Amino acid sequence: MQKVVMPTRKVAVALSLLAAALGLAACGSSGGSAKHLTLVAYSTPQSAYETLIPAFQATGEGKGVSFSQSYGPSGEQSRAVANGLHADVVNFSLQPDVEKLVKAGLVSPSWNQNATHGFVTNSVAVIIVRKGNPKHITGWSDLIKPGVQVLTPNPFTSGSARWNVMAAYGAQLKEGKTPAQAQAYLEALFHNVVSQDSSARNALQTFLAGRGDALIDYEDEAISDQKKGSPIEYVIPKATILIQNPIAVVGTSNASAQKFVNYLLSPAGQRIWASKGYRPVIAGVAAPGQFPTPAKLFTIEALGGWKAVTKQFFEPETGIVTKIEQSLGVSTAK
Amino acid sequence: MSFSKLGLRTVALGYLALLLVAPVAMIFYRTFEHGLAPVWEAITEPNAIHAFWLSIEIVAIAVPLNTIFGIGMALLLERGRFRGKVLLGLLVDLPFAISPVVVGLALVLVYGKTGWFGGWLTEHGIQVIFSVPGIVIATAVVSLPFVARETTPVLRELGTDAEQAAATLGASTWQTFWKITLPAIRWGVVYGVVLTTARALGEFGAVSVVSGRIEGQTQTLPLYVQGQFENFDITGAYAAAVVLALLALGTLLAMNILTRRTRGRTTV
Amino acid sequence: MLGRGLLGLYLSVLVLLPVAALLAKSGSGGLDAFWREVTGPEAQAAIKLTLATSAIVVVINAFFGTLIAWVLVRDEFPGKRYVNALIDLPFALPTIVAGVVLLALYGKNSPVGIDVAFTRASIVLALLFVTLPFVVRSVQPVLIELDRSMEEAAASLGAGPLTVLRRIVLPTLTPAIVSGVALSFARAVGEYGSLVLITGNLPFKTEVGSVYVFGQIQNEDLPAAAAVSVVLLIVALAVLGALTLVSRWRSKHVL
Repeated sequence: MQKVVMPTRKVAVALSLLAAALGLAACGSSGGSAKHLTLVAYSTPQSAYETLIPAFQATGEGKGVSFSQSYGPSGEQSRAVANGLHADVVNFSLQPDVEKLVKAGLVSPSWNQNATHGFVTNSVAVIIVRKGNPKHITGWSDLIKPGVQVLTPNPFTSGSARWNVMAAYGAQLKEGKTPAQAQAYLEALFHNVVSQDSSARNALQTFLAGRGDALIDYEDEAISDQKKGSPIEYVIPKATILIQNPIAVVGTSNASAQKFVNYLLSPAGQRIWASKGYRPVIAGVAAPGQFPTPAKLFTIEALGGWKAVTKQFFEPETGIVTKIEQSLGVSTAK
Repeated sequence: MSFSKLGLRTVALGYLALLLVAPVAMIFYRTFEHGLAPVWEAITEPNAIHAFWLSIEIVAIAVPLNTIFGIGMALLLERGRFRGKVLLGLLVDLPFAISPVVVGLALVLVYGKTGWFGGWLTEHGIQVIFSVPGIVIATAVVSLPFVARETTPVLRELGTDAEQAAATLGASTWQTFWKITLPAIRWGVVYGVVLTTARALGEFGAVSVVSGRIEGQTQTLPLYVQGQFENFDITGAYAAAVVLALLALGTLLAMNILTRRTRGRTTV
Repeated sequence: MLGRGLLGLYLSVLVLLPVAALLAKSGSGGLDAFWREVTGPEAQAAIKLTLATSAIVVVINAFFGTLIAWVLVRDEFPGKRYVNALIDLPFALPTIVAGVVLLALYGKNSPVGIDVAFTRASIVLALLFVTLPFVVRSVQPVLIELDRSMEEAAASLGAGPLTVLRRIVLPTLTPAIVSGVALSFARAVGEYGSLVLITGNLPFKTEVGSVYVFGQIQNEDLPAAAAVSVVLLIVALAVLGALTLVSRWRSKHVL
């Protein structure tokens, strides 16, 4: 009978490796000196910050400030900060992602009591089509025509994708339809949805790989992608939602944080945002005609605000969109 | 005999061509389709270099730990005597059956700021989640079972005769292990280590939850790949992926060389 | 004993505690809530799809994995070393790269004319790609160490190659194949990254369990996410346990 072999040298090696790993733990995160800023943001503005941060560092207020940056899906980033990821400035895709941090006591409840109501950039929901617009898509009503294949990120795995759904729904209301008719539109729309990727970027990837005729996306993404040479065009529907991205300072200990946010909201900063395809939140920055204003632009407030909308449309069991997805599944599974 | 051998070879290689070679070739093609310069630029970017070294560091800690654990666990399961062996084996496989994102979530539930040990860790100034130790743990968890599972069948196939003979001849447990058991199970260990390293290198899901993705600090190479994709830098993303692939290939090569070298010295 | 203690500690820190936390979270709303979350129509569809595709994948892997291991160990051909080295690649690639590449190769713009994207077949394809190394690498070490004298003896006694395979080789390889199959199944059940791009994530059609779980996390419904994860985990473990028992039984009855 062979007894279990447990050589002690192996054990010693294991112990020293564990100690090494724990030694790294003791280093923890370097606390922020006032001249160091940690920015936690959603994925999209990464390339914009590549220009904005050096521009800020060239100003008097930003001189000598070093940055740590983290980019990822808005919801995940918000959750991470709530779970202990150190951040000085947060820039997310949706207001609820900042509200989460207010609830966690990390952001002041008065974060959006400023001139721009807490928002740093705007955009609008658009419909991306293939170059030349072969299917002649001009607005929301074309998306429910038979044979038209629509792409949209999954509104349940991508919070930002909810902008798309609410844009479509709200547009119907703005065009004079009743809520019941608007709901019927959503049902018809989802009937034509052939792929629900987990993020806007993935949806774009899918679209570029040849799938679908139309992709519901945000204007700034469409502009970026066009700049990179992708064979796409985009249509701004007559009625669409104003996408507003919030920014907030986390905590009160970092003096540079507010200065950075102020810069991003200043004309100089907003001009850089505009050059990257984001609609400015202050007047007089964009070139005339650079960002055409849709005739029937509305905000999420017109639909009741995110809190009410999330409950009404995206609640896991009772939400309108949840039910639509379920009914489509049941009807096609038969 | 040779006809069926040819047949087998064709089927195997055909399957591999479709499932393995084509995708890998595609990756290399997409990486270099715009020439060598953009690739070089992409991989010498400071964030990329840091991500590279961070991934190496993580692997250098997680893989040896899992190897020692794996061999120990295999020995325990195959040579030890106790009840509940099947259960123990399942525990080792457990993290593997959970979606990586959920693994990350579970780790945050235990070691995060609001987790079970959160208070204690914060009090002592130790940061696990959103720092390198958290990434090491997440990586170790998702690559845990390989060495154990690769080594166990080989150990069983081996039988205990040689080990018992050595014991009766007066060899200590360490000597028996090092001179008899280890050389006999080396291929299991080799492939276990190769799989563990490959998995540790490419791990994305669990790490994406626990790392915080801070560029230049807690962004591993796979996270960097994802980041570049999101930032429309396709070449950069593919270039980093190629680096990962080459690292995995390098591991296999290194293990092969190591094993061939020790072959001569271990005949009993 | 110190060794066992350390093993236990390692296992606890890495596995037991996190899994316990997961179980606690899944039950935090009470048993009713747990049941409701895992029997909801979308959850059920996702779980069933995951299990069905994973089962198909492991059967294919068991066959092709063993075949490939056989060819790599027993056969000789130019370039064999490179093919052997490539086997682990799917593993080292971040899953998003796998997803992008599979979409490019086997989607609408496929250079080889195969278009399975956004179908259930695409799930099987992606899973086969990421679980390729398991059976191969499990069987290889055993094959390398296999004592060929028994096969030669059987052959000299008149047994045909198929009989030798069935009676001598396969029983010895069974534990290794089972080990590889178990790993494949576990990985397939939890796989996320490589599937998100090529499947389209359509609820009730191509949405797998892990995508559903991720959606629940995004919805801040952690108990629901934990609950479905626990269900998938239990099934995977049951399968793993059954396979392990079968392989132990078989190897006891061989010699």
